[in-house]
Amino acid sequence: MSEPLIPPKKKDPLLNTRAGHVPPALRSRAAKAMAARAGQGRFVLQACEDCAHVTYPPRDRCPKCWGALTWQDQPRGAVIEAETTIKASTDLFFRNHLPWRIGSARLDAGSMAIVHLHGDVNQGDRVRMEIKLDRGGNPALFALPEKETLNMADDPQLRVFTADPKYRRILVTDGRGPVGQAVAEALVKAGAKTVFLGNNDRLMRYPGQEQIEAMEGIEPVPLSIADSRSTEALAAQLGGRVDIVVNTAQHTRGGGVGFGGKLSDLQTGLDLEVSGLMRLAQAFAPAMSGRSDDGTNAAAAFVDVASIFGLSGKAGYAGAAAAAAARLSLIAGLRGEMAQTGIRVMSVLTGPIDDAWHQDIPPPKTAPVQIARAVVSALQQGQETICAGQVAKEIFGRWQADPLLTIREETQ
Amino acid sequence: MSARVKPYDGAVVCAPVTVPYARFSPESAHWWTGRALQALSQQTGLKPGDFDGFCFASFSSVPDTVVGMVQHMGLSPRWMDHIPTGGASGVMALRRAARAVQVGDAEVVACVSGDTNQIDSFRQGLTGFSRFSQDATYPYGFGGPNATFALITDNFMREFGVSREDFAKLCVAQRTNALSNPLALMKKPLSFEQYVNARAISDPVHLFDCVMPCAGAEAFIVTTPEKAQELGLSVARIAGTIERHNAYPEDAVQTRGGWGCDIDELWAAAGCGPQDMDCLQAYDDYPVIVAMQLADLGFCTKVDLPQFITENDFTIPGSLPLNTNGGQLSAGQAGAAGGFQNVTEGLRQILHCPLGDQIPEARRALISGFGLVNFDRGVCTGAAILEQEVLR
Repeated sequence: MSEPLIPPKKKDPLLNTRAGHVPPALRSRAAKAMAARAGQGRFVLQACEDCAHVTYPPRDRCPKCWGALTWQDQPRGAVIEAETTIKASTDLFFRNHLPWRIGSARLDAGSMAIVHLHGDVNQGDRVRMEIKLDRGGNPALFALPEKETLNMADDPQLRVFTADPKYRRILVTDGRGPVGQAVAEALVKAGAKTVFLGNNDRLMRYPGQEQIEAMEGIEPVPLSIADSRSTEALAAQLGGRVDIVVNTAQHTRGGGVGFGGKLSDLQTGLDLEVSGLMRLAQAFAPAMSGRSDDGTNAAAAFVDVASIFGLSGKAGYAGAAAAAAARLSLIAGLRGEMAQTGIRVMSVLTGPIDDAWHQDIPPPKTAPVQIARAVVSALQQGQETICAGQVAKEIFGRWQADPLLTIREETQ
Repeated sequence: MSARVKPYDGAVVCAPVTVPYARFSPESAHWWTGRALQALSQQTGLKPGDFDGFCFASFSSVPDTVVGMVQHMGLSPRWMDHIPTGGASGVMALRRAARAVQVGDAEVVACVSGDTNQIDSFRQGLTGFSRFSQDATYPYGFGGPNATFALITDNFMREFGVSREDFAKLCVAQRTNALSNPLALMKKPLSFEQYVNARAISDPVHLFDCVMPCAGAEAFIVTTPEKAQELGLSVARIAGTIERHNAYPEDAVQTRGGWGCDIDELWAAAGCGPQDMDCLQAYDDYPVIVAMQLADLGFCTKVDLPQFITENDFTIPGSLPLNTNGGQLSAGQAGAAGGFQNVTEGLRQILHCPLGDQIPEARRALISGFGLVNFDRGVCTGAAILEQEVLR
């Protein structure tokens, strides 16, 4: 079992904050390809197209026959052959996290790997492997106990590779809609200390207000990310104690490009979803970056909930799809910037949400609670990209296999 | 098996040079290399124009290879080579230079390794050490080689029943040997208790299992017997050598090195056996690798290691003098020069010009190299047997 996390005490303002170093980030292109897949929660290794030999560390040709290699999902089992506890390191990040346990793992898939060890894993054990992303976005093989153990997620080494909501303070940008409310509730249930829930118009009541605001751990805050001053004011007030940001802002209006779309809807959508994302990032990212290694409630993640149609476009929802596309592009850029400071940037991709703004789309649609589940899961797993609901999964699968075909299918 | 290896007639080894090490140095690898060449020149009277072969090893000469070094040092060789194999570079330089001299591609080859150790250069060197280590080793806690060898040691101790007490005997003996070497960085005796009670660096690797990275340079000359006579130099002959890389990739955790593939050829070529060696100069960056070599080179089997270590004395007057200058563990590890000091020290013992105490009547030295933990194990191995030919 792991020692349960202790709720962090109020921070002593006189103490110097531990600098958020990132482990060495130099990687081969092959290792980056591994990261791209690991970010989706997959356990992949390279296999040879000719002889099917599975190889690790990442290579550029097969060591058995020099054939070409492709990334393929692999069995997750392994045995720990040897272990060590590192008590001295020259790296600025790991020095602050010693002792650190690693092992030599014999992967069921067929090769050896040096891996991070969960505290409940010992030499000789059978383990379940995951490829996590480290604070710099690079792939990291992590050996977990084969079966769930007590307080497993509280393991100090594992927590470095996740953004688990437990004891963290989280800002959810839009509490007026069903998605924001579902996300806030799920985060509280997942152990968040506080969820600051944004409300862009305190004079107007909204459905579900009494229930959500009465929930323990929910703290309503004034926030309109369409307004720079509002965003900056909130950041000035609590930027230093927000550990995770979840942006749930949406402005979906139907309409085409040449037919039926309103320019004003597009402009409003772009301002809220795209400019709003940048306002949010510029207001909160610097303070979060300064606290990325600040103990149990270190700043950890920036999550953006956007429509899967940002990848493919969508007939009848051209403006909303365009805003989502711009959001995905900004998020990719932000991910690169935050990788230098140890903050994870995550995308939750949704299908058409089951709300009043997607009435024309036949089911299945994505329920707010599915989105909430995906947000919590991405944070707990440290996953970079996650699909909420079956529609998003299905489109994402098609898009990965053939992006141009998927764009055609969704827009014609 | 491959075609029979031809003997090294017509090539001899001479003029061992060790430039005194420094824990940290603001100078460059070029400075240390030049200092070693200067020492060779002082010992032999040879000038830059007299060397027509140059064999070079270094980790810290970046961005220069042997090419940059040749121009930097004012050499104009007709044969040159760059050996990037760290702990195996001395044996490899020796074999390559000997073949070049034997066939006449060169007459006088300077084999030189030089490395500096600036503040923080060790960490920087690790960060970009190799493609596999950058992708798949060092990001795992960044324990450096200590952590990688800890995994090898952990497995080796369990597999063969070797204990920390066995490693202690090797390390303590090497420290005893170092005390007579005025150039060794470690100058205080090491007791068994100190070794056993040392702080853990990366279990089961403890403080005195680790070398001290430092700056330094080592060099020797390979030439013809005629040229050595003309220069008035004592010489050794090369009785046999082997080299092997990336052996046994199927082993889960490394328990053996490439020596095992070719060791019978080595002893057959030399016409002698382990019992005939007056000393063993083995790669010792972690005592587990010394133990591995004792078995792989034929002194005993792996399971007999604890008994063999108990029954032998590894000090200079002992039954198997081991790393008589103190080795890297006690003399210091000057980068790639750490892979040359086994050659220079073995040579000095059989040419009877040691830095410290002399092994009485020493005539034969076994040199063993091990290098480059590219991912999870050492990839390069080599060994050579040197025999005293002429003392002048």
